[in-house]
Amino acid sequence: MSYPEMTDATTVAPKQVLNPADIARTVDRIAHQILEKTEGARDAVLLGIPTRGVPLANRLAARIAAFEGISVPVGVLDVTLYRDDLRMRAARAVGHTDVPADIDGARVILVDDVLFSGRTVRAALDALSDIGRPRAVQLAVLVDRGHRELPIRADYVGKNLPTSLTESVRVFLRETDDEDRVVLTGGTVA
Amino acid sequence: MIRHLLAAGDLDASTATRMLDTAGEMASLADREVKKLPTLRGRTVVNLFYEDSTRTRTSFEVAAKRLSADVINFSAKGSSVSKGESLKDTALTLQAMGADAVVIRHSASGAPYRLAQWIRGCVVNAGDGTHEHPTQALLDAYTMRSRLGRLAGLNVAIVGDVLHSRVARSNVALLHTLGAKVTLVAPPTLLPVGVGAWPCATSYDLDATLPDSDVVMMLRVQRERLTAGWRDSFFPSEREYSRRYGLDAARLRRMPDHAIVMHPGPMNRGVEITAEVADSPRSTIVEQVANGVSVRMAVLYLLLGGSS
Repeated sequence: MSYPEMTDATTVAPKQVLNPADIARTVDRIAHQILEKTEGARDAVLLGIPTRGVPLANRLAARIAAFEGISVPVGVLDVTLYRDDLRMRAARAVGHTDVPADIDGARVILVDDVLFSGRTVRAALDALSDIGRPRAVQLAVLVDRGHRELPIRADYVGKNLPTSLTESVRVFLRETDDEDRVVLTGGTVA
Repeated sequence: MIRHLLAAGDLDASTATRMLDTAGEMASLADREVKKLPTLRGRTVVNLFYEDSTRTRTSFEVAAKRLSADVINFSAKGSSVSKGESLKDTALTLQAMGADAVVIRHSASGAPYRLAQWIRGCVVNAGDGTHEHPTQALLDAYTMRSRLGRLAGLNVAIVGDVLHSRVARSNVALLHTLGAKVTLVAPPTLLPVGVGAWPCATSYDLDATLPDSDVVMMLRVQRERLTAGWRDSFFPSEREYSRRYGLDAARLRRMPDHAIVMHPGPMNRGVEITAEVADSPRSTIVEQVANGVSVRMAVLYLLLGGSS
C-alpha cells in the first residue's frame, strides 16, 4: 500500500515477528512459568481479555492440563465498560463477560495478546474489583511492545518487542484469524 | 449510532439487534455483588415526566445509576410546570443545568421530537401520548428473544386497547423490523383508523388467534383515557370486555405449550388478565420489569457512552 502524500517517507513491509512454532513454544513456556510461580497453578483462574486474550487463555489452560493434568478454570473478562477512552469515539460494542463462579481468594491471571499503554489492564483491574476480591492478580501477555502510560507490568511475557509509536503489532491466532503469527507493521524510514 | 431514541420505527434491524445484544451483557450485572459500572460517570440524565409512571421512571433511574450517571428526577407535579412553564422553557432550564440526556414522558404525541430540536443532549422517548414507547418495545423484544430463542418468524398477538396504546404501536414497528408477525386483536372500536396500513394483521376474534400465537401480549384497558362518558362508546361494560378479550385460564390452555403471556403493566387484574394467568409460570410480567432495566442501560450506554 502506498500513500501518495507521503513523499519523504515510505512504509516498511510488514515484518513477521513470531511464526506458528514460535507462538506454540512461547505459550508452552508461559504455561510452565505459571505452574512454577503459582505452586502448580493452585487456586489459579485464567481470565482472557477479548478478543485475542481469550484463545490465549484457553491455550494456556490446555497446556497446563497437558503438562501436569491440572484443570484451571478459564473465563472471559470484557473491559469495554471500564475503558477510560470511551468518550474519544462512538460507543463501542460490549463484549461478553463470563467469569468462573467465585474469584474471591483466587489467583487471577489476566491474559492479553499485546501489552502497550497499560490502559486495558487498568480497566481490567477495575472490572475485576467489581466482580470479587482475588488473593492476587497477575498478567500474562504474548507480546510486550513497551510505551507504558501507567505503572503496570506483566508477570509473564512471551516476547519483549521494542517498537516505535508509529508501528503497530498485529497478533493473528487460529481461533480468531485462521492462522498463527505476529507481525510488526507501519513503521516509517526516512 | 443514533443520537436520540424517539420511536421504535426509527430503528433498523442492526441497531435494534445491537441494543438487544448489549442489553444481554448488561443483564449479567444483576447477578453481581457490585451492581455498578463506571461507564457514564460524570454524565447527567434527567427524567422529565409529565405523566404518572412508576416502573418506567424507576427503571430509567436504576439503569442510569447502575452506569454511574447522575440522575435528576423531574415530575410535572410540584414543579414550575404547574405555574404554567412551557415545555421549551423547562427543557432549556434543564439544559442549562448540564443534562446530557433527557428521558421524557409526555401526554402529547410528538413532544420528544420537539424537545430534540431544542436541546443539545440526547432525547429518549419514555412514552408520548398515544404515539410510541420505544424502550418498552425493546424490552418486550428482549424478553421474547430470551424466552423463545428468536424473534424472526414468531407469531405475536397484541390484545386489547390498541387505539390508545403507544406500547402496541412501538411493538408493531419493532417486531416487524425484526421479522416477527404481529396480529392486533381488539374490538373494532379499539382499533385505530388506518390500522390497515400498519405492517401487521388485525382480528376481532381472540379465541381464533390464540392457537397460532407464540406470544400473547395483553394491553391494559386505559381507564384514564377511556373517560367516563366515552368509555361506554368503546365497549358496553368491563365485564363484557373481559369475557371477549380477557385472558383467563381456559384461554391460556388454548395457546401452544411453549407460548408466553406478556403485559407491559400496570395490570388490571380481572379485566384484561385474570390473576391466575398473570401469576402463572408462562407469564413473563415480572421478567419484563427486570429486562427493562437491562434494555434501558443498553440504550443509555449506546446513546451516551461514546463521543458526543
